[in-house]
Amino acid sequence: MTREELEKLAETEHESQKAFPHSIHVCVAAGCVSSQSDKVRAAFDKEVAERGLKEKCKVRGVGCMGLCMAGPLVAVDGNTTMYQQVTVPDVGEVLDQLGKTPVKRLVCDSTTPFFARQKRIVLENSGLIDSEKIEEYIAALGYKALMEALTSMRPEEVIKEVTISGLRGRGGGGYPTGLKWSTVAKAHNGKQKYVICNADEGDPGAFMDRSVLESDPHRVIEGMAIAGYAVGAPKGYIYVRAEYPLAVKRLQTAIRQAERHGLLGNNILGTPFNFSIDIRLGAGAFVCGEETALIASVEGKRGQPRPRPPFPAEVGLWGGPTLINNVETFSSIAPIIRNGGAWYAGIGTAESKGTKVFALAGRVQNTGLIEVPMGISLREIIFDIGGGIPDGKKFKAVQTGGPSGGCIPEQFLDMPVDYESLAKVGSIMGSGGMIVMDETSCMVDVAKYFMEFCMTESCGKCVPCRVGTVQMHGLLEKITNGTANNSDLAMLEDLCDMVRNTSLCGLGMTAPNPVLSTLRYFKDEYIAHINDKCCPAGVCKIGKENLSHA
Amino acid sequence: MKISKLPLPSQDKRWKIIDARMRKYGYQSDALIEVLHVVQESFGYLDETSMKFTAAALHLPLSKVYGVATFYSFFNLKPQGEHTCVICTGTACYIKGAPLILEAVQKAAGGVKVGNTTPDGKVSVVTARCFGSCGLAPAIVLDGEVKAKADPAETAEIIKTWMTK
Repeated sequence: MTREELEKLAETEHESQKAFPHSIHVCVAAGCVSSQSDKVRAAFDKEVAERGLKEKCKVRGVGCMGLCMAGPLVAVDGNTTMYQQVTVPDVGEVLDQLGKTPVKRLVCDSTTPFFARQKRIVLENSGLIDSEKIEEYIAALGYKALMEALTSMRPEEVIKEVTISGLRGRGGGGYPTGLKWSTVAKAHNGKQKYVICNADEGDPGAFMDRSVLESDPHRVIEGMAIAGYAVGAPKGYIYVRAEYPLAVKRLQTAIRQAERHGLLGNNILGTPFNFSIDIRLGAGAFVCGEETALIASVEGKRGQPRPRPPFPAEVGLWGGPTLINNVETFSSIAPIIRNGGAWYAGIGTAESKGTKVFALAGRVQNTGLIEVPMGISLREIIFDIGGGIPDGKKFKAVQTGGPSGGCIPEQFLDMPVDYESLAKVGSIMGSGGMIVMDETSCMVDVAKYFMEFCMTESCGKCVPCRVGTVQMHGLLEKITNGTANNSDLAMLEDLCDMVRNTSLCGLGMTAPNPVLSTLRYFKDEYIAHINDKCCPAGVCKIGKENLSHA
Repeated sequence: MKISKLPLPSQDKRWKIIDARMRKYGYQSDALIEVLHVVQESFGYLDETSMKFTAAALHLPLSKVYGVATFYSFFNLKPQGEHTCVICTGTACYIKGAPLILEAVQKAAGGVKVGNTTPDGKVSVVTARCFGSCGLAPAIVLDGEVKAKADPAETAEIIKTWMTK
């Protein structure tokens, strides 16, 4: 494919879309599919055909529109009207009202802060294009950035734009992406280089990457290809969880389409650049989110990390220099190349640029997927976008960063969301899971929950993590069943310090975070369990005959 | 590309699918995880026969194959029941009452432990770390179908009908 052909394809697609006076977009991302949106889409297809509207109304299965709790979501005529909780019997009525007054009882107000306060860059196509059609992606400026990069930029210029953009790793670490790229670009050890996309979204409570892969898979592919060009790697792998079958299927389709259009493979877009992508399936191991463990897993081995240095950027997959970024990072690349790094750097705060996608869940009114500019406050996210706490309950804490993160109490709600501020209060940005908790959650129980997670997911390679997490879990168990004393609490604090400082990889190093942050802000709850033998939230069953495992 | 000279373990057609996938990867040992996925898709779980066959075909020691099969929680080494109920225990689901659902399901299935199958082979009860349906918590998967905003009593009823069918 050449530049002319790419532009022609985009134009043809535009023309064919314009020929339809009406459009119906049904969300077919995982959230809405679990609310039966696939059946709703089939019903629209059937009804449109039966009414002879096939030339007039385009029915499209599109990616995530964000408000998962109100699914299945249906948008009519380019998002002028949005419907929620649409069921198969509603289909006829929606079609009756095409171009007339909308069906009132189904309307979902898309002017509410949930939609209005978002800024969509990574999710710009989500909910607008059919994720299984490459033509629609191309018509939405898809692969234009790859074309620009390959035909009018040198690899170092691509890296420079990414550096200027200030983009930082969206997997949670926050390492500057441009710096990582230039390290891999400069690394030469005689072995082939690789690009790996980390789509092993293991954090419980996070579903951003899943949504991007299901809603706009070509965006990830384009970002990876640009990265491959910039660092000089001819081969890429996407390491994706087997628990996301729909994402895997759409990725496979997208890779096949890109190959057929000459956007992957040899001599991409008529240039000498070659790049191919393979999918590797994860198999349920949280530790595989760690770079070196992920590499071991791609090589078909047990996912156990190894000491760094050497960093994967120098010695990675099969010994070659390897660039590893996560889904959201790669998804931000195409817009950065298209609009320039300076444009991206104009969004966000001084140290944290651009936007971040969050998965808002837990005890909050509007659960779903949101993309917001960095620097927005937690209060805006939870109370404006999220609509506050349901059932008249009181906000207690918001958990960010999954098992490696912490719980943030009410006094910090006005703090801006960026890498540094979150770290300062003992949590992390993480990959974007944001779980809201109200007064019915016991913070000691939450800490125990995360410790149980880390204990089970510890790969067993290093002692501090393998043994330390078990001991900490045992102590938390004792506290929650009311058999602990004050020396147990002191030991728990000691262990946090030890495990944090001596573990081999990020899993162990961050495992104490949920305990440390709850101890910092909710110590009274720990004390209540230990001294008063009561659980203030009424979650823990104190007095029952639960024996400790410690 | 190397051609498998290994005889397939039996006449079962599913071995041909597995062999075809191995051939696609050129019988490279790094395709181990991919191959185990296909075996599990075909047979529902990994047994000694299939692990031995995989080891031989990919030129790996059986210990390596067993190591990988037991390291990753996605692989089952025991046959699954006729029906499977997966309860998500991710953070969002946990906060919204997944433990209550698990309790109800286990009770309905005669006190079966997590990760096990009822003695009559009817129902397997499994927990998952998170399947990314957090916006619809608590979520469960009943025989491959995601059920959003699950309710303990309702779920228990479904398990009971599975048990008596």
